[in-house]
Amino acid sequence: MGCECEKNETKETLSRRNFLSKFSVGIGALIGAVLAFPLIIAMLDPVTRNTGKKWRQIGLASNFEVGKTQLVTFKNASPYKWSGKIAQSAAYIRRVENDEFVAFSVNCSHLGCPVRWEEKPELFMCPCHGGVYYKDGSRAAGPPPRGLYKYPVRISGEHLEIQTDAIPITDITA
Amino acid sequence: MKKQLIKIWQWIDDRGGVSDLLKPLKTHLVPPNVKWNYVWGSATLFCLLVQIVTGISLGFLYQPSADVAYQSLQYIENDAVLGSFIRGLHNWGASAMIFLMGLHLIRVYINAAYKYPREMSWITGVLLMGLTIIMAFTGQLLRWDNNGVWSAVVAAEQIGRIPIFGDSISYFLLGGKTINGETLNRFFSMHVFLFPAILFMIVSYHVYLVFKNGISEPPKAGRLLNPKTYRKWYQDLLDKKGVPFFPDAIWRDAIFSLFVLVVLLILAFFVGAPALTSPPDLTNVQANPKPDWYFTWIFAIFALMPRQLESYVMFLAPLIGGIFLFSIPFLSNKGERSPLRRPWAIAGVVLVILAIGSLWYVGHQAPWHPRFNAKPLSEYSAVPKASEKVKKGIELYNTEGCLYCHKIGDQGGIRGPELTDVQNRLTKEEMIIRIVNGSENMPAYGGSLSKEELENIVAFLLQDSKSKNYKSKNNVEN
Repeated sequence: MGCECEKNETKETLSRRNFLSKFSVGIGALIGAVLAFPLIIAMLDPVTRNTGKKWRQIGLASNFEVGKTQLVTFKNASPYKWSGKIAQSAAYIRRVENDEFVAFSVNCSHLGCPVRWEEKPELFMCPCHGGVYYKDGSRAAGPPPRGLYKYPVRISGEHLEIQTDAIPITDITA
Repeated sequence: MKKQLIKIWQWIDDRGGVSDLLKPLKTHLVPPNVKWNYVWGSATLFCLLVQIVTGISLGFLYQPSADVAYQSLQYIENDAVLGSFIRGLHNWGASAMIFLMGLHLIRVYINAAYKYPREMSWITGVLLMGLTIIMAFTGQLLRWDNNGVWSAVVAAEQIGRIPIFGDSISYFLLGGKTINGETLNRFFSMHVFLFPAILFMIVSYHVYLVFKNGISEPPKAGRLLNPKTYRKWYQDLLDKKGVPFFPDAIWRDAIFSLFVLVVLLILAFFVGAPALTSPPDLTNVQANPKPDWYFTWIFAIFALMPRQLESYVMFLAPLIGGIFLFSIPFLSNKGERSPLRRPWAIAGVVLVILAIGSLWYVGHQAPWHPRFNAKPLSEYSAVPKASEKVKKGIELYNTEGCLYCHKIGDQGGIRGPELTDVQNRLTKEEMIIRIVNGSENMPAYGGSLSKEELENIVAFLLQDSKSKNYKSKNNVEN
């Protein structure tokens, strides 16, 4: 009879068992997929929600001296209600000319550590691995693969405004 | 009464199958010479137990919220009964787990215990190592002080070097495009729920494999492993000379675990966990993010790597390293197991230890880190009876940031060469060229120093008597 049946097995019970095995495994996979769904959704929620970009006032334009660089802080695009202080980001504003402002990210382009502005030598220095940038944000020394990232800034009435942005992530090609 | 208790126990054992469950421990045979070199894995597992217990304890005290986590840590550290001790134990438990895991890995590699039929033990072991490292890193972040927050940024940047998907993965980990109220909770959920769950599953499987394939017998030079006959040979060995795992082998594990515990208790009590730095604040740019000791060597690579290669190394090195580790049992799964006949295995291990050791040493020293808090040179300590010009030069040396990277006497950073005796190495012109143009690791000062300032600095650098020790030296002008 071509049936490789074991004890108590006929061709019919065999095909029935065959079907039931596949059926049970299939149900298991379905249950797994259903349960994985909320997990994945929950993990993705903070990433996929639309935060957009916002313009934030960072002070009167007249507070910034021409040729000087100073640290400003501003709120991220759409922080959670419970974020507290962590919703604040910082940037360096440099007034290049009377009507020309530049905003640099405080994150070193190497590994994101906060660079410090050294007033006298007019350099940004990174504590982590010794990256150094000139006052215009270009790389001066050390491991950074590129200059400092910039935020858009604009003058609105008397106020200087900065546009919120993501933490800059340096990619492999930089 | 005693009879009653025995009866109750018999009922539990009959219906609950306790003896049957534990029987494999008693009947499982191991080779006779399984001695002290076999305690590393069980000690690593023991550390995991310590981490579970102390982790749950901390869970009762810690508030996983971006806003108040730091305060709850302060509470744990300063107010909670035994809080700082528990935190210390969790911290040192993690360190010990990483350390013992490393020894376990080295032991298995040197004795080639990964060869047939234990390839899966090796593979799951490599997975466990990855998970343990992830646990260590996510745990560091939960400290959620300024160092912890910035560490999250640094991690995101490293992951950002993965081609194409790098930034998406980074933002996925951070829980948004910036560090935010969700970031801490995310790392908390990963550290406390997600990765432990995966870790427990793989640990169980890893231990199950030890029972299934048996503990590898200590290798003997010249006794070759033949996959065709090994299982039968191993079974014969056990039948003839095997001893029960419990208690003939496990007593050493118990003693060593106790020893580990005592060391951990001492460290937790007397050293404790790393002190918390300032509160988490991304607008506080005075932070100096540093990883815990077991990552210091990686941190060092990032400072020392040639700049043009670095982004590729950041991505490719872990990838190639991981692939290599996984492939070890496939490169060779039979033949000689004894380290005496596998000199290259030993050489490889020694090389890796030396490399990591020296990177660790440099990382600890962090010469590339500008010493922002270096004590400024005073006239006296720098040059006695200095001229006006030289005095101005000293002032500029302090304020222009030269001091952060260049040592004079015993003050200043060590990024660049020490300049105490620079007048013997460079001429005035050479100094000017270097200061004006900079170099790979030094900014060019041509744009920011006036001609006069430059001359003042050089006038100072040309002095023979820049350090207090001047008298003891015998510098003669060239």
